[in-house]
Amino acid sequence: MYRYVVRRLLQMVLTFFGATFVVYALMFANQDDPLQALAGERPVTPAVRQVLTERYHLDEPFLVQYGYYMKGMFTGDFGTSLTGRKITDMMAQAWPVTIRLALLAIVFAALIGVIAGVIAGIRRAGVFDNTTLVLTLVVIAIPVIVLGPVLQFGLGIELKWFPVTAGATPTFYALLLPAFVLGALSLAVTMRLTRTSVAENLRADYVRTAKAKGLKPRRVVGIHVLRNSLIPVVTSLGIDIGNLMGGAIITEGIFNIPGVGFNLFRGIRTEDGPLVVGFVSVLVIIYLVCSLLVDLLYAVLDPRIRYE
Amino acid sequence: MSDMGSVVAAETLPGTTAPPAGPEERAEKPRSLTADALRDLRRSAIFWTACVLGVLVIVMAAFPQWFTSADPRSCSLSRQFDGPSGSAFFGFDFQGCDVYARTVYGARASVLVGTFGVALAAILALLIGMPAGFFGGWIDALLSRVTDIVLGVPYLLAGIVLAKRLSSGREDPGIWAVVLVLGLLGWTTAARVIRSSVIGAKEQDYVAAARMLGASNWRIMWRHILPNALAPTVVVLTIALGAFIATEATLSFLGIGLRPPAISWGIDIASAQGHVREAAVPMLAPASFLVVTVLAFIMLGDAIRDAFDPRLR
Repeated sequence: MYRYVVRRLLQMVLTFFGATFVVYALMFANQDDPLQALAGERPVTPAVRQVLTERYHLDEPFLVQYGYYMKGMFTGDFGTSLTGRKITDMMAQAWPVTIRLALLAIVFAALIGVIAGVIAGIRRAGVFDNTTLVLTLVVIAIPVIVLGPVLQFGLGIELKWFPVTAGATPTFYALLLPAFVLGALSLAVTMRLTRTSVAENLRADYVRTAKAKGLKPRRVVGIHVLRNSLIPVVTSLGIDIGNLMGGAIITEGIFNIPGVGFNLFRGIRTEDGPLVVGFVSVLVIIYLVCSLLVDLLYAVLDPRIRYE
Repeated sequence: MSDMGSVVAAETLPGTTAPPAGPEERAEKPRSLTADALRDLRRSAIFWTACVLGVLVIVMAAFPQWFTSADPRSCSLSRQFDGPSGSAFFGFDFQGCDVYARTVYGARASVLVGTFGVALAAILALLIGMPAGFFGGWIDALLSRVTDIVLGVPYLLAGIVLAKRLSSGREDPGIWAVVLVLGLLGWTTAARVIRSSVIGAKEQDYVAAARMLGASNWRIMWRHILPNALAPTVVVLTIALGAFIATEATLSFLGIGLRPPAISWGIDIASAQGHVREAAVPMLAPASFLVVTVLAFIMLGDAIRDAFDPRLR
């Protein structure tokens, strides 16, 4: 176990530097003209250009720039965005919103997905099972760029059940619809996974033993089967937490929530390198930590799994 | 004597029970796994629905003029938000363009980008998954780490950064920037599937037989292992085709995939979304075509997998 953790941590460091370097290179290597992108249509005077070039180390070799950046990041300094705001401040504003949104989406996915999956798994090949199977397939096929605007139009504008946009300080209620849109895909995947896993476990020997002992069906399913069936589901949900935060770009854009995705997308459009690399680095770290935790949790939940 | 002993030993092994040789079993011709799977596919309603939809979309992409006689680029503000009429089934959008014609012509971008993207991803997956599974050792370790790193980056995020990078500074980047993004980021799952089926196939007797006959590594890989590792890969790539079409629309929606004057469902959804209070159909039409197309390919992959993988039944 100990050796496994060390190996995984080393692998994480490798992935982290690999991923951040690629993003850094994509944002900064031979880019057109960030200063002009910053100024928009207005011309940039040579004096201003020189000051900004020196401030952002734009005249130094590429690897040196990356070194500067990493040095700053490990001392908690993500630098300033090209708009002049400190990126740490922007993160402090953006992260809480996105984390709330992503957690709410995961709760949606876990709650509805597991309950529907268990019912479908028990009544395999029944009406409920077949309906949800088709339904989840449809949900998997609907991209967020369709689901978001359509639900916003149907439930927000036409029926007026939910607020159309969430805004800077969204209430819990305003976040419900965006969270559902964000979590719909994980919900469908969770449901399908739970269904397969429950149906498989219902045929296991220990279930027959439990039934033969005379346990109530409710206890057999709720305790014995569920505990074993949820192991793959936990894995998938854990990986999804990392994915959801990155995937929030479109949802946050559609519902006008100024979270991480919103900032990130604006940064990419205006070629705001420091902002993009900063946010992406944190996202990658979260993603990596999540997948490590999931793998470790796996061993805790399932004693049959041993890491060398 | 020794023959008898080995037969008895084989019979006492777990899982090698002799097949029941009843008369009713003999009457039916024995079928191979593939024939079984194909028979299942022919009976599957989902498979046929998906096939029909898929073919329809491909025909629409190849010959859009068969479906509409209107020009998707001839727009006139005087027709803004006009309702449906004889040839314009879905009415007109904010710019006064024929929504039905634009939706029909939008299929071409999706199908082209999806197909080329999948082709590129398949080539990369083959080049990385095949040697990783076949040679093992340090080659496998290296290639698997590369796969892990690409898989370790959030997909959409990387796609947006890469698409922006590839298309910046050009008026019309065309479809190749998007194809490159999809191919460069989308090969990982297929590579893992190929790797594991190659690992499963290379220990088989026919590989050992080919090796003893003096076949080179190259020949064993392409002529013997690849055909037997193909089925799961085809499933993954079919589903990927649906996913790639969705990703193309997403990137175009964000303004970093295809750009106008290109016609794409993603672009149309994005531009109609701002005017959804005035008219919803210009958004709903491309949106539903997009969903049906993605659904068709995902259902196709799903049906093939169900047929070829009896464990899931």
